[in-house]
Amino acid sequence: MTAIPLRPPRRLVDLTLDGEPVRAPEGSTLLDACRAAGKDIPTLCQGDTLTPKNACRVCVVEVEGARTLAPACSRRVEQGMEVRTDTERARHSRKVVLELLASSTDLATTPRAAEWIEKYGAEPDRFGADAARVAEEPKVDNDLYVRDYDKCILCYKCVDACGEQWQNTFAIAVAGRGFDARISTEHDAPLTDSACVYCGNCIEVCPTGALSFKTEFDMRAAGTWDEAAQTETTTVCAYCGVGCNLTLHVQDNEIVKVTSPHDNPVTHGNLCIKGRFGYQHVQNHAQNRD
Amino acid sequence: MDLRFGDSKPTDEERAAVDALLGPPESAWEGADDRTDTDLRWARGGREARERRDLLLPGLHALNDRVGWISEGGLDYLCRRLTVPPAEGYGVATFYAMFAVKPRPATVVHVCTDLACAARGSAQVCAELERDVGPAGSAGSGAVWQPSPCLGLCERAPAALAIRAGEAPRAAVVAPATAEAVADAASAPHEAAAEPPAVAAVHQAGADGLVLLRRVGVVDPGSLDDYRAHGGYAALRRAFALGPAGVIREVTESGLVGRGGAAFPTGRKWSATAQQPDQPHYLVCNADESEPGTFKDRVLMEGDPYALVEAMTVAGYATGAHRGYLYLRGEYPRALRRLRTAIDRARARGFLGEDVMGQGFAFDIEIRRGAGAYICGEETAIFNSIEGRRGEPRSKPPFPVEKGLFGKPTAVNNVETLVNVLPILIEGAQAYARTGTGTSTGTKLFCVSGTVARPGVYELPFGATLRELLELAGPPETLRAVLLGGAAGGFVRPDELDVPLTFEGTRAAGTTLGSGVVLVLDEGVELPRILLRIAEFFRDESCGQCVPCRVGTVRQEEALHRLKDRTGAAAAGDIALLREVGQAMRDASICGLGQTAWNAVESAIDRLGAFK
Repeated sequence: MTAIPLRPPRRLVDLTLDGEPVRAPEGSTLLDACRAAGKDIPTLCQGDTLTPKNACRVCVVEVEGARTLAPACSRRVEQGMEVRTDTERARHSRKVVLELLASSTDLATTPRAAEWIEKYGAEPDRFGADAARVAEEPKVDNDLYVRDYDKCILCYKCVDACGEQWQNTFAIAVAGRGFDARISTEHDAPLTDSACVYCGNCIEVCPTGALSFKTEFDMRAAGTWDEAAQTETTTVCAYCGVGCNLTLHVQDNEIVKVTSPHDNPVTHGNLCIKGRFGYQHVQNHAQNRD
Repeated sequence: MDLRFGDSKPTDEERAAVDALLGPPESAWEGADDRTDTDLRWARGGREARERRDLLLPGLHALNDRVGWISEGGLDYLCRRLTVPPAEGYGVATFYAMFAVKPRPATVVHVCTDLACAARGSAQVCAELERDVGPAGSAGSGAVWQPSPCLGLCERAPAALAIRAGEAPRAAVVAPATAEAVADAASAPHEAAAEPPAVAAVHQAGADGLVLLRRVGVVDPGSLDDYRAHGGYAALRRAFALGPAGVIREVTESGLVGRGGAAFPTGRKWSATAQQPDQPHYLVCNADESEPGTFKDRVLMEGDPYALVEAMTVAGYATGAHRGYLYLRGEYPRALRRLRTAIDRARARGFLGEDVMGQGFAFDIEIRRGAGAYICGEETAIFNSIEGRRGEPRSKPPFPVEKGLFGKPTAVNNVETLVNVLPILIEGAQAYARTGTGTSTGTKLFCVSGTVARPGVYELPFGATLRELLELAGPPETLRAVLLGGAAGGFVRPDELDVPLTFEGTRAAGTTLGSGVVLVLDEGVELPRILLRIAEFFRDESCGQCVPCRVGTVRQEEALHRLKDRTGAAAAGDIALLREVGQAMRDASICGLGQTAWNAVESAIDRLGAFK
């Protein structure tokens, strides 16, 4: 069931997408219009419940009359706009951006990255073996989740989710500048010394797997993580009366991680530490007890 | 907002530095040591404190100026006072090059290694410092030195700036610098020799035809009366007679376009800001002159500070702003001193404040110091910086005239642009527009540096040729190339010196005027090294927000490293790589920094045949 929130009616704006006339509600983004028209635009930093930061630039499209390319995820539709999504210029930028990302970070757990790299003919290896990499060791400083910034593309989604857009905890921010910029707690302290409340909402929005459940991280290291063998069951959290939806990811009859549906009108994908991580009691089987 | 602060406590010095800026804390909620009975009943601070977040950058300066670096305890205390999440405070502190979050000596010496200084021997100064004082970044005898991007002292290259933290922080400029003089300034910044007056950079001083520079060296920069005796405040009086719409009409008809590099029509910007129904309106003067090779705004601000104060008042009146922020780069200690004095005296005499010149118009100016970040000169990054956030550019639209500083309509203008408004109002738009060409009206300041006999700021009417400008400055016997427009500009060959110095003329010649940089390179220069320095600059100064710029500038620098000693076929692969990355940076970066990071390198390859 998808909830449909009530809004005042919106006017429709006329524009053309790759030469085809389309209409899109005023205020929607080019990405919304593209998706409505069935076009597959790659996106990484865009999130369905967060304000797009348009930092990754893989969704760039060509807008007639503009000097530079526009990020489809955040540019709003305008009356009479002529947009081309698959020009050589746009494809070139997407290809190079994918190359730049893949040559500096580990995209192994980024959904669809491999597909797009192939589609756009990106060759991340051509910068040579000495190309600078983010080169960070995974930060394992608590039992709930792991920060593996070697996989971080600096999309700012976790910062926004931890801060004013979702959780209002503000435990993490971007520190440093340029290639040395990293997601960091205050004074680069371990998570356990920070303001973190372990809601795990940052994991929920991370598009690359740089933030992951400790369970997933350990199973991947052991080679036992098998997404194809997992089932997903959405249920209601039993810890309190709010009624958040939980999606339990189960592999071999064990819960391996918990997510939350973003289209839930109450929680929009948010959970607290209990809903997200407090599932051990479910699998406290007799054989697991001492 | 549920903030958690660690256990680190500020030292007495750090507390005093922050309290001197913000006043003493009113309750334990704001960081007072003792909890009172009322503190247990009412939470205070919160929203009220949070609305002062724009004091974060001044607060970081206060700590850094006092101790020389920003400790955990100091930063936490400042964040508590302003209700800023400590993680964000840390993110802001680590954004700026002039701040350190690790202990370091009280004295830091910045040695410029950028284009103009490199062309005049900064490498030797660094090598000698390394020998005598120790490697860059290592603390020896109470001081540390580090290489720095352009300090804006190009006419006296090579340059260094020593800053000593303490109760009365000191800054000493050493230019031209020798290793010995730098070491002396580091050990005793208060005893350093006085800087030459600003007029030393103006070789045309006293000549006819100067408009923007006419008072530099003539007027006493500290005296409001002297400024008025030399025509000061006549423009503002005329502005009051014309009314805001009349001022905008004059500025529009004068054809004035922005001198910061983008050449946007100033009248249009002002009128768009003035028309916004949202209130209040703000004015921001962009004095974050950080383009390597640019120092014209410094000379104007040091030599004729009241002119800027008056021009900002006119701009505020025209755009309906009652507050102007003067965002000054952190590397300009003398300009800061002069402008502070000028603003204080103007306020004391009723030229700023609640009732400017008795005309019922309220306007005041606040100076904000940058802290070493080229990106903060970008028109939207400057807002984030003033607001106490990381100086990352915002995406446009919305444009500043609609949503700028604090989300309100804002006009952002460069120093030189604003100062042009004074002659426009005094002479009238028509008279002003008679100078220059049809689409580039008025005069332009050029910062000539590198291998010329008389480096400095030159003022010429638009339309003069590059050759005429170089003649004034004394060109080298064997000219290799001229970099026009700075690191984001393009190269001009010796056979192209007749290019007219106008926006349209340089564009037709495949380059740009930018902010007026004219860096002259003779045959002795190693072009690949200059290109590498440009690439290094962009890599250092990228804010890191978007991928094309954050990683692209790194890949560009790597390729230029590989190309350093290669030519011809051996270079072809990396040149192709540079073109591809450069195109993506130009097309897909969020702001002008990434979009222009490949300009100079491209023009060196295509127009100068670098690596051929």
